[in-house]
Amino acid sequence: CLDEDRKIEYKAAVKIQSWFRGCRVRAYLRYLNKMVIFIQKWWRGYRSRRYFRKMVETAYFIMKMNFYNEMAVRIQKRWRGYYVRKYIHNYYALKKYLEAISVNNEIVRNELQEYTKMKENEEKRKDLEKKEKEKKYQARKMHYLLSTEQIAGIYNSPFRKSPDPMELLLRKSKPLSHRQQQMKSPFTSSDWPACKRPLTFSTAQPLPPIGRQKPQGPFRDTAEVLRQRYKPLEPTLRVAASINSPLEKAREEMKREEWRNRIHDNEFLPFSSYHKNEKYDPSIHRSGKYGQETYGVKHFREVQPKKWVADKDFQTVLPSIVLFEKFGKTYSRTGQIV
Amino acid sequence: MFEYSLFLHVTFFYISEVFCVMSLLRPLLLDVVPTIQQTAALALGRLANYNDDLAEAVVKGDILPQLLCSLSEQNRFYKKAAAFVLRAVGKHSPQLAQAVVQCGALEMLVICLEDFDPGVKEAASWALGYIARHNSELSQAVVDAGAVPLLVLCIQEPEIALKRIAASTLSDISKHSPELAQTVVDAGAIAHLAQMILNPDAKLKSQVLSALSQIAKHSVDLAELVVEAEIFPVVLTCLKDSDEYVKKNGATLIREIAKHTPELSQLIVNAGGVAAVIDCIGSCKGTVRLPGIMMLGYVAAHSENLSMAVIVSKGIPPLCACLIEEHEDHIKAAAAWALGQVGRHTPEHARAVAVTNVLPTLLAMYMDTRSSEDLQMKTKKALKNILQKCTYLPALEPLLHDAPPNIMKHIVGQFSKVLPHDSKARRLFVTTGGLKKVQEIKAEPGSLLQEYINTINNCYPEEIVRVLQLIVATN
Repeated sequence: CLDEDRKIEYKAAVKIQSWFRGCRVRAYLRYLNKMVIFIQKWWRGYRSRRYFRKMVETAYFIMKMNFYNEMAVRIQKRWRGYYVRKYIHNYYALKKYLEAISVNNEIVRNELQEYTKMKENEEKRKDLEKKEKEKKYQARKMHYLLSTEQIAGIYNSPFRKSPDPMELLLRKSKPLSHRQQQMKSPFTSSDWPACKRPLTFSTAQPLPPIGRQKPQGPFRDTAEVLRQRYKPLEPTLRVAASINSPLEKAREEMKREEWRNRIHDNEFLPFSSYHKNEKYDPSIHRSGKYGQETYGVKHFREVQPKKWVADKDFQTVLPSIVLFEKFGKTYSRTGQIV
Repeated sequence: MFEYSLFLHVTFFYISEVFCVMSLLRPLLLDVVPTIQQTAALALGRLANYNDDLAEAVVKGDILPQLLCSLSEQNRFYKKAAAFVLRAVGKHSPQLAQAVVQCGALEMLVICLEDFDPGVKEAASWALGYIARHNSELSQAVVDAGAVPLLVLCIQEPEIALKRIAASTLSDISKHSPELAQTVVDAGAIAHLAQMILNPDAKLKSQVLSALSQIAKHSVDLAELVVEAEIFPVVLTCLKDSDEYVKKNGATLIREIAKHTPELSQLIVNAGGVAAVIDCIGSCKGTVRLPGIMMLGYVAAHSENLSMAVIVSKGIPPLCACLIEEHEDHIKAAAAWALGQVGRHTPEHARAVAVTNVLPTLLAMYMDTRSSEDLQMKTKKALKNILQKCTYLPALEPLLHDAPPNIMKHIVGQFSKVLPHDSKARRLFVTTGGLKKVQEIKAEPGSLLQEYINTINNCYPEEIVRVLQLIVATN
């Protein structure tokens, strides 16, 4: 029974100790837990504050960008409207263009109208002229209808107040002679394929006119006369050749031979003038263009203005020789540098 | 003379004697006397000219090679007669022309073109023109024979008849394809043709204008080349010529140039071409007007500014007049098409067209059973194009009463677009009986027409709409 008490006490002690250890460990764990929670809480708060800050930044950024976009849209809207209205669909330019077209059309229409009028006038004029020509031709043909002193012609009836215009025309016109008009060539190009007339051949010589009356008197035959008149020229040999002909021809021959055979153009000097081979040097007096040269007499220094680099004379730093300074700068103008 | 009487009687023969005549004439071609040769050739030419059976008989009788064998040594009368025979044979059909080409006629004709006598040149170029007219292979054969530079030289000759024929030949050559036209242009033809526009002879002018238009029609580059030859504003004087064909060909030339690009049309408008063409249309009658109408259509089709230019130049009244006065369907179709092109760009344009009261005419033509298919199609398209942009309600009102359903859709659509915003128009619409008419229209529920009708009905107070519907239901 002591054993059992000891066992009971031992078990009780163990229980108490285990419970106490348990309590201690639990308290420790609770403490750890609290600390961990504290750390995690702090860490999570930090993380989310950071994230929040980023979110705020992006939201702010987006807000700004939206604002900028809005403003940019407003600017672009204005600009595009302006640009399109000014350059692409320029209403006023279009209106002006259409007005210009109307004006141009008016001008063109007027000009075309004038052109048609001119053409019409020309046509009328041609018609009139043709009619006039016809009338005149008729008047010339019917010249015999002219009224005389005794007999009034058709167009000059005594019952009329004034003579008919035809009568006046008849008075003015020259009677038409019975001379035949010029024959046109039998073939015109429009005539050919239809070939309304048979072929005729034109002879080489003009024949004398057929129905002509022989002139009264001891005249020669017309055909003979014409033949003689139009006889082609047949000059004699003497006339056809030139005056100096045979002599010239012979000389020509000689000249050509010489030209062919000549070796050089220098003249051969005779032996007596063999030593006279010095060239003649003309004096200054002779070799100038118009006689006396002014160099050596009037001036001693040659001046060539074309070769000068600048217009003005060089400026000297130190005065060189007084006498030479005065060159060209005297009061008189004769030696002046231009 | 036996040959002389043969020549006279040959024009009065019968077809059954053809072959006898051919076999009679063939040996005469090789006769010693030149007159007989020429007369025989002339006889053959007149035979072939009369009828294409005879021309075929000439070809079958193996006469052409004999005709051509000694052509280069012969005198000019024989050459003219031979060229006449070739022309007469070649003009009837492409097969005969092909037969002529196969005999080696083209080289001979080109030799004739180099001759001094202008009559020979004229006959040769006439023959070449008739051969080249049929199709592009024959034209190519003519070009390959080297005829084009000689023709350009012929154009510069002083004789008017020769110029005419050379111009018409060049026109026939260049009308088939762009390459042929380019060949003609490379020979330097454009400058000479452009100079000849100023010539007073009417037939020459019409041929020259036709040649230039055949060149210009193929491509933009060729048209630009023609324009660079400074034909504007000279061409506009041709539109005022007294000859009908000159006017027609001038309008054709301007049309061919205008149809390629907006820039070319712009050029023509700036030169005052539109006004000249409009005057030309106003002064002519019949098919002469057609190219001018088409030209206005092409110009207006390119852009809205050009279309406005046409309107500003007072182009619409002549077009309406054409539509009403002309009898031919194709001219009416062209006028309808042109009006459609003018009016289709913006409401302004459509208003300008609608103001002239031409829409009822167009509708009537569309509904008319006697109109040809082409006319109906063109008027329908024109109406559609104009109606889709038209906001001028007084012009649309009369159309409400007669239009068929497919057109009615557009008309009612336009009303539904304008009425919600314009109170005065709404009042007018009711007082003129338009609203009543709209109620009478039967439309399938859910279709576009029904939507439009609903939009219109929503513009008005309910009572009015219901009253009108009742009235319509009771009638």
